[in-house]
Amino acid sequence: MRYGKYRFIAGFLAIPLLLYVVFVVSPYLQAIYISLTDWRGFSQNRNFVGLANYVDLLGDTRFWRAMWHNLLLLIVVPVVTLAIALFLATMTTLAGRGGALGRGGVRGSRFYQIVFVFPYIVPLVIAGLLFAFFYNPEAGLLNGLLRLVGFDWLARPWLGDTTFALPAVMAVLIWAFVGFYFVVLSAAMKALPIDVFEAAVLDGAGQVRTFMSITLPLLTDSLKASYIYLGIMMLDGFTLLQVMLPDGGPDGSTEVVAQYLYRAAFTDGRFGYASAMGVALCLVTLVLAIVILRAGRRDRVEF
Amino acid sequence: MSIDTRPPVAKAARRAGPAPEGRRSGFGALNAGAQGLLVVWALVCVVPLLWAVLTSFKSDREIFTNPWALPTEWHFDNFVRAWTSASIGRYFINSAIVVSAAVLLVMLLGAMVAYVLARYEFRGRNVIYYAFVVGMTFPLILALVPLFFVVQNVGMLGTYHGLVIAYIAYALPFTVFFLTNSFRTLPGELIEAAMLDGCSHAGAFFRIMLPLARPGMISVGILNFFGLWNQFYLPLVLMPDQDRYVLSQGLAVLAANQGYRSDWSALFAGLVIALVPVLAVYVAFQRRIQDGLAVGAVK
Repeated sequence: MRYGKYRFIAGFLAIPLLLYVVFVVSPYLQAIYISLTDWRGFSQNRNFVGLANYVDLLGDTRFWRAMWHNLLLLIVVPVVTLAIALFLATMTTLAGRGGALGRGGVRGSRFYQIVFVFPYIVPLVIAGLLFAFFYNPEAGLLNGLLRLVGFDWLARPWLGDTTFALPAVMAVLIWAFVGFYFVVLSAAMKALPIDVFEAAVLDGAGQVRTFMSITLPLLTDSLKASYIYLGIMMLDGFTLLQVMLPDGGPDGSTEVVAQYLYRAAFTDGRFGYASAMGVALCLVTLVLAIVILRAGRRDRVEF
Repeated sequence: MSIDTRPPVAKAARRAGPAPEGRRSGFGALNAGAQGLLVVWALVCVVPLLWAVLTSFKSDREIFTNPWALPTEWHFDNFVRAWTSASIGRYFINSAIVVSAAVLLVMLLGAMVAYVLARYEFRGRNVIYYAFVVGMTFPLILALVPLFFVVQNVGMLGTYHGLVIAYIAYALPFTVFFLTNSFRTLPGELIEAAMLDGCSHAGAFFRIMLPLARPGMISVGILNFFGLWNQFYLPLVLMPDQDRYVLSQGLAVLAANQGYRSDWSALFAGLVIALVPVLAVYVAFQRRIQDGLAVGAVK
């Protein structure tokens, strides 16, 4: 029996663990090692150079500009996405006629719950291609709309403009991700204890007050977790930017670290340097997670 | 989690009393404005997709002259051209092959790992579990360079099975994490009873636990389908062979080459073709997807 048990465990774990170690764990570990070498191109010839790549990174203005773009995405996209998702979720789960009791959405909530998720299921590559055309200076829907309502002066080549290219991409990211966080926050709201809302109503609290004093504090953990998930994605941002602005945007005004890394590795063959960028990105991700998890810990509410 | 199934009238009746009349009407105005915003966001969600569908039926000239109008003539030939001469058909089939193989296999392998982690005590269990959890949070871009060489060294660069294996490996962490939680919630007495009746460990898994875990399995399967159908990084690096491009990759290349050989109408038709499977799966499994997303994210 005991023998059989361990043989069974080993049998079930062998193949998946092998795949995981060879194709996931080992590449991550190798990346750390490669970042300490001067490996260029496809030759086997690589020398250990210690932290030289990291020292170079510190003085690389292109890297810092790319990192700055990631940080902008990291700040703007999650805040706007979560604000919109929070509003939509509140309206469709808590704010209905029974809303004073903290349950039930406004009329048509069922319909909204289906429609709001549409953008999330659109593959990012397709969303990127679609919106690249949406922003097209001549044939795009956006300029067409602006001209239709008489705001011709606002029409511009959105993705060709150093000021507007990055915000234009941010808008697409927000469009794409609100649906997911709408679902997450709706579920979190449905799981809130009903008696707290009942007590608030008995005390005469209105909807806005209930939201600010009860819903929001109770959702802190969900919001933090959401921010971390979204933040990790914004520190990447490769797919959408590579599809919409494959050259890094006008004058490199939208290039993110992942794009610079990809180019350094697969176009220029600077594998050591590219890996150093990857490790740096990883460290930033870790710092982000720690900062958010520690932020406002005292306000934590148990229920 | 309790789900409120009382009809709205009953809820309204229960709240009678405490809320003063004047304030309630104030909320009415607030809610009307908020309702308006819900409608606006619903339009924001739907209009770009509808626009893509309409555009895919227009002629190239019409796309540029009349972005807002309905197509004067419905060009179904755009879809034929996209499917054949723009190679979308081939890319679609490549995606279908790679994604369906990867999803089926990752579900099987992921369920096996998750079951062992959830139901058996052994040394190293926590190490394995956390190795998978950590794997979910690392940025894929960091692994991309070494992964390219790993796949090249085992001679799988540019092959279907190379891409399938990479897809499986990178979908495993989420699958294991999610399914471990679902296996933990299943009743253990059933296994004990089955084993007393002479069922083997593997028999108990395949005949009893796997069928019981079906709801969780379906949710994870659908989420994996979406994730892998969207995958862009892995094919970009691991699939240099143009004949075996997957859909996302093929579309991106097609769009990037539009400058030379403009066929926007076929490109839009291609986008719509690529959207059909995800929309179909979403509509068919809408409820379960939302539950799956919620559970996956809350945990």
